[in-house]
Amino acid sequence: MLEIRGLTASIGEKPILKGIDLVVPDGEVHAIMGPNGSGKSTLGYVLSGRDDYTVTGGSVTFNGIDLLDLEPEARAAAGVFLAFQAPIELPGVNNANFLRTALNAIRRAHGESELDAIQFLKLARAETKRLAMPDDMLKRNVNVGFSGGEKKRNEVLQMALLRPKLAILDETDSGLDIDALKIVADGVNALRSPTFSALVVTHHQRLLDHLVPNRVHVLAHGRIIRSGGPELAKELEKSGYADVLAAAA
Amino acid sequence: MSATAEILDSVQSGYKWGFETDIEMDLAPKGLNEDIIRLISSRKDEPAWMLEYRLKAFTAWKQMAEPEWARVQHPPIDYQDLHYYAAPKKKAGPKSLDEVDPELLKMYEKLGIPLKERAILAGVEPDPNERPQIAVDAVFDSVSVATTFRETLSKVGVIFCPISEAVRDHPDLVKQYLGSVVPVADNYFSALNAAVFTDGSFVYIPKGVRCPMELSTYFRINARNTGQFERTLIIAEAGAHVSYLEGCTAPQRDENQLHAAVVELIAMDDATIKYSTVQNWYPGDADGKGGIYNFVTKRGACRGARSKISWTQVETGSAITWKYPSCVLIGEDSVGEFYSVAVTTNHQQADTGTKMIHIGKGSRSTIVSKGISAGRSNNTYRGLVRILPSAAGARNHTQCDSLLIGDECGAHTVPYIESRNPSAKVEHEATTSKIAEDQLFYCRQRGLSEEDAVNLIVNGFCKEVLKELPMEFAVEAQKLLAVSLEGSVG
Ligand SMILES: Nc1ncnc2c1ncn2[C@@H]1O[C@H](COP(=O)(O)OP(=O)(O)O)[C@@H](O)[C@H]1O
Ligand SMILES: [Mg+2]
Repeated sequence: MLEIRGLTASIGEKPILKGIDLVVPDGEVHAIMGPNGSGKSTLGYVLSGRDDYTVTGGSVTFNGIDLLDLEPEARAAAGVFLAFQAPIELPGVNNANFLRTALNAIRRAHGESELDAIQFLKLARAETKRLAMPDDMLKRNVNVGFSGGEKKRNEVLQMALLRPKLAILDETDSGLDIDALKIVADGVNALRSPTFSALVVTHHQRLLDHLVPNRVHVLAHGRIIRSGGPELAKELEKSGYADVLAAAA
Repeated sequence: MSATAEILDSVQSGYKWGFETDIEMDLAPKGLNEDIIRLISSRKDEPAWMLEYRLKAFTAWKQMAEPEWARVQHPPIDYQDLHYYAAPKKKAGPKSLDEVDPELLKMYEKLGIPLKERAILAGVEPDPNERPQIAVDAVFDSVSVATTFRETLSKVGVIFCPISEAVRDHPDLVKQYLGSVVPVADNYFSALNAAVFTDGSFVYIPKGVRCPMELSTYFRINARNTGQFERTLIIAEAGAHVSYLEGCTAPQRDENQLHAAVVELIAMDDATIKYSTVQNWYPGDADGKGGIYNFVTKRGACRGARSKISWTQVETGSAITWKYPSCVLIGEDSVGEFYSVAVTTNHQQADTGTKMIHIGKGSRSTIVSKGISAGRSNNTYRGLVRILPSAAGARNHTQCDSLLIGDECGAHTVPYIESRNPSAKVEHEATTSKIAEDQLFYCRQRGLSEEDAVNLIVNGFCKEVLKELPMEFAVEAQKLLAVSLEGSVG
């Protein structure tokens, strides 16, 4: 279970998150919506431990551990996965090698044996196939020369291989065609279990049609101004954020 | 603290090869004069012509001045304050392990030379059917202490021996080729080397022979206040093929030590010489104290048609590196290659690159240089591509990439291109990038430690060069990169 209490965070001197309270019980998928610049990506970065973000107050626990106390790699080992809104390119670093290094780092942290190249490739090929990704995706350099859609799918592939306990997807559906969107949704649905939860940042009801979130939250100006069931997303799709913002003001 | 700030804050972790070996030494008095040169020559049992060659070089050197154009800075070197000859007292060439100075064996162990090879170095001829086979020559201060696999090699006519021995046993070859690629007075350090060189490797591959194994030399500076002036000469006759690798380490000392080597390669028709270096001389401490001054002249002559010389270097050590492995492409359709990774951290300075001199018709050259700078170091690529009027249809492609870690280091690219044949094609590409905070975070978010993330990114950056190294050494080089940059990460 993810428990965020009174979380405030700034970038430099600028406060971005101004008191977030959010609980995601095990097995649930929650959607985060909200206007551009409201702090959705910031929330994902703060949860995963990015350096330039300073937590100025509040607490975050995940399955009882204080996440804020951990280095990013330790959070990853604890099961936190962030699908980046803009995935990063690693020139010269082969995607398969990157994924295997990451997977083995996490396996090591769990006291599991590392996978050799052959074992890993078998696993990775099965996942690429399931995600309808071309095999050469594994041979190419991490995100280098990938189209926007390929980058997003590569994030889903990483998620599928690393099997997180808490997945944060930051607009992974943005800019995807309908088929790709379904792949993202399937990627999350395949992981669904009583010990998996997800925070899905999205602007689109389309993704939520496939994902059916337990809860929908609206984040604006660094605060959650409204929460509701799946119907809230449908309402927002129809009338935009204006009414919700006005009601909260 | 941000990761970059931590990187800047960190100090370099220990230099693993910085031990000193306590061996009884035969040490020439400090200073450089004709008497010292005579002493070196007599210790090596040299013929008169060799002594003459040295004395002439010394005369030339005295009239020369240290070059000043490189982007390196150091206090003046007192050439009279060095020992120019240092040798372990026990005579080399033991018949059993018991005869070898145990300290020497300990040194091999610390250098990470596998046990079997250590025994081999100690003089035991190994089973030639075992794989992988790497013949090793070990040069310890001024002398070659052991050369392995000589019998196996001599069966196919390959000569692999200390150059001091070649001077005595193969004088005609040495006379013909020594100084034919790097003339005595080529530069200040080559003249100094010609006067005082003490040992190094000699390789001769006869016509049509593919050398059946990798040849390799370990260079080790051990004695205090000594200079190391090794001399290597490799000749590949028509159709011959050889791959040679050198590795270098030195103890950790507060004072700077001088290393001024000369390497000459000669490739005849259809011959190929692949020369790989993993240079890890002591780089000095985190404050820039101590470390090797590495002033090296390496040059290969592609004399024959379709001959090929390929330099691959991974340079992580030395306080100062001044080194431009070059190819003189005389033969028609000859090929020159230069693949380089140069890593500088702390206060290291590297001014390195290559020269490709195109003389032959259709000669081609490829330059791939990867510079990685961290700490307060300075890393300069300096390269010359010269196309002479005779080199119709010559081609060069240069790719020069710099990777910066932190904000206080420098990367500089100084390409000189001179084309005097309009049909030649010269291409130059250069990039400078930083290990970005977001790249590190991306990797760490996936579970990698910061150090593993840096290694992954650095290895990705160097991939094109590392893949040119012989397999066994590519792995070593990757580890070395990781160790060299260990201190660069918080
Ligand atoms: N590196 C940064 N430096 C300064 N301000 C930033 C930085 N990154 C984001 N911001 C600001 O923080 C606020 C929240 O951004 P973000 O979390 O990316 O919003 P969202 O993902 O909801 O669109 C915005 O006002 C944005 O301009
Ligand atoms: Mg965002």
